[in-house]
Amino acid sequence: MTHVLDPGTLAAGTRPGPGPGTPFDDVTRSDAALRAFLHGLSGVDQVGAEQRAATLGTRSIKTTAKAWAIDTAIAMIDLTTLEGADTPGKVRSLAAKARRPDPTDPSCPAVAAVCVYGDLAGVAREALEGTGIHVAAVATAFPSGRASREVKLADVRDAVANGADEIDMVIDRGAFLSGRYLEVFEEIVAVKEACGGAHLKVILETGELVTYDNARRASWLAMLAGADFIKTSTGKISPAATLPVCLVMLEAVRDFRAATGTQVGVKPAGGIRTTKDAVKHLVLVNETVGADWLSPDWFRLGASSLLNDLLLQRQKLRTGHYSGPDHVSVD
Amino acid sequence: MSERLAVRKTYKLYVNGAFPRSESGRTYEVHDARGAFLANAAQASRKDARDAVVAARAAFGKWSRATAYNRGQVLYRVAEVMEGRHAQFCEEVAAGEGLSGGRARAVVDAAIDRWVWYAGWTDKLAAVLGSANPVAGPFFDFSLPEPTGVVAVLAPQRSSLLGLVSVLAPVLAGGNTAVVVTSRARPLPAVTLGEVLATSDVPGGVVNLLTGDAAELGPWLAEHDDVDAVDLTGAPPAQAMELERLAAGSIKRVVRPPAEEPDWSADPGTSRMTPFLETKTVWHPKGV
Repeated sequence: MTHVLDPGTLAAGTRPGPGPGTPFDDVTRSDAALRAFLHGLSGVDQVGAEQRAATLGTRSIKTTAKAWAIDTAIAMIDLTTLEGADTPGKVRSLAAKARRPDPTDPSCPAVAAVCVYGDLAGVAREALEGTGIHVAAVATAFPSGRASREVKLADVRDAVANGADEIDMVIDRGAFLSGRYLEVFEEIVAVKEACGGAHLKVILETGELVTYDNARRASWLAMLAGADFIKTSTGKISPAATLPVCLVMLEAVRDFRAATGTQVGVKPAGGIRTTKDAVKHLVLVNETVGADWLSPDWFRLGASSLLNDLLLQRQKLRTGHYSGPDHVSVD
Repeated sequence: MSERLAVRKTYKLYVNGAFPRSESGRTYEVHDARGAFLANAAQASRKDARDAVVAARAAFGKWSRATAYNRGQVLYRVAEVMEGRHAQFCEEVAAGEGLSGGRARAVVDAAIDRWVWYAGWTDKLAAVLGSANPVAGPFFDFSLPEPTGVVAVLAPQRSSLLGLVSVLAPVLAGGNTAVVVTSRARPLPAVTLGEVLATSDVPGGVVNLLTGDAAELGPWLAEHDDVDAVDLTGAPPAQAMELERLAAGSIKRVVRPPAEEPDWSADPGTSRMTPFLETKTVWHPKGV
């Protein structure tokens, strides 16, 4: 069967949120039903999506609007370090930067979260205690996701136990691409359960999903499974976050809220390095899903070098002259 | 056969090894000494200057770390390519500065010779400006000249080639990278020099040539935190003090503008290289 998405068919009394009782309860019953539903989603007009994203990217954001956009973008950053060479010292200095991105200017907002590997979540938690900045940890055999489910769930539990209150999981792209959607679905459900109270961000790794159609399907799959956020990429694969793929995912969260009443956040990550890129993403959010998503609770930017560029632009707006890389910290 | 139509040129900037139009989309007309139309030139904006500084900063590491001998070779190669464009330079200098053919040839010859002269200086700076210092202890103590960094150069307004070479080559010889605002009224030799640099071995970003108004771009460059030194030679005299004040905000090296444009054919000495060199002193134990 194909399940046609039609918000009008929803009963008025359905509970918000996915799970038993939602209109999509039946589509996750079996692999065949899930496949039929995902393949029944309308296809993405590739040229149209790219054109739309490119058009929105030409918006000129200046002066007070730019100042607002820079501060908003800083407050949305998941300040990330995901290197094999990460040390507790590096995480602590990153946490210090997260609290006060620009030490010369107290009016500069703090970032939304610090994103580290699970074993360093405890260090980040300790360094960020009492600041309201979240600790995000990547888990489930990040970045490849190639491990058995038991190992992935243990990874998640470990990160949560270490103090992470947000978990960034990767989906099993191998299973997704070979059409074993239910397996991916069940894994996300299991990880969500293992998260306990922690927020779950599901990384689709759109660079490996090849098509926008797949990105849309993976978005729906993750949201049906209970994701709190859907995230474009690990940052380890190129292409990472592109504007068109972000557009496709934003359309998916918009349609999902219209259908179920549940709002899901979006996090583009990887490849966003300049203020201009960040502002383009904010424009895309506002024009696609509206101002409801323009908050760190619903939209995040996974980045590391982006923050320095935002700070340079912020200093330029404040002082009236161009700043230089000597005036921001080196990560 | 009908008369051939003139090909009217609109030149572009030279930034990061490429030839972009001005971000602002502006151009202005360039006239010869008698007021006849020569070509259109791009009028650089502050954002072009910003991009040029980013390019110059990115190119600084490689250029400053190249061995002095290698830098000399690269700069000498520029002089070779200039020689190949000799006729074009002569034509542009003659038209822009209103010189006779013979005078223009002499100016171009002097400019190429000047470039060769500075190319020869790269591996002699350390010997002439450095020193082995006698110190009261068991140490070898050396002082060595090192490049300052990104240098913003406001090129002379009158001498469009010899003057330009005389301010640009010393900056490069020391291992600095440059953002140059060319003569506004006579930018064509600078545009051709950009084409020379692009087809020689100078890495992209080491020299960035902005055609446009020094009065407009000067303050942005003087105040830019990521510019380490400014040469105000071509600054409007009335603006010079203001530019020095702006440059002081980030403690830049400043070369003050002369009261009036000097005679560029005079022997330059080392006075235009030393302002863009920092002295590093190293102490090394003698061991015995």
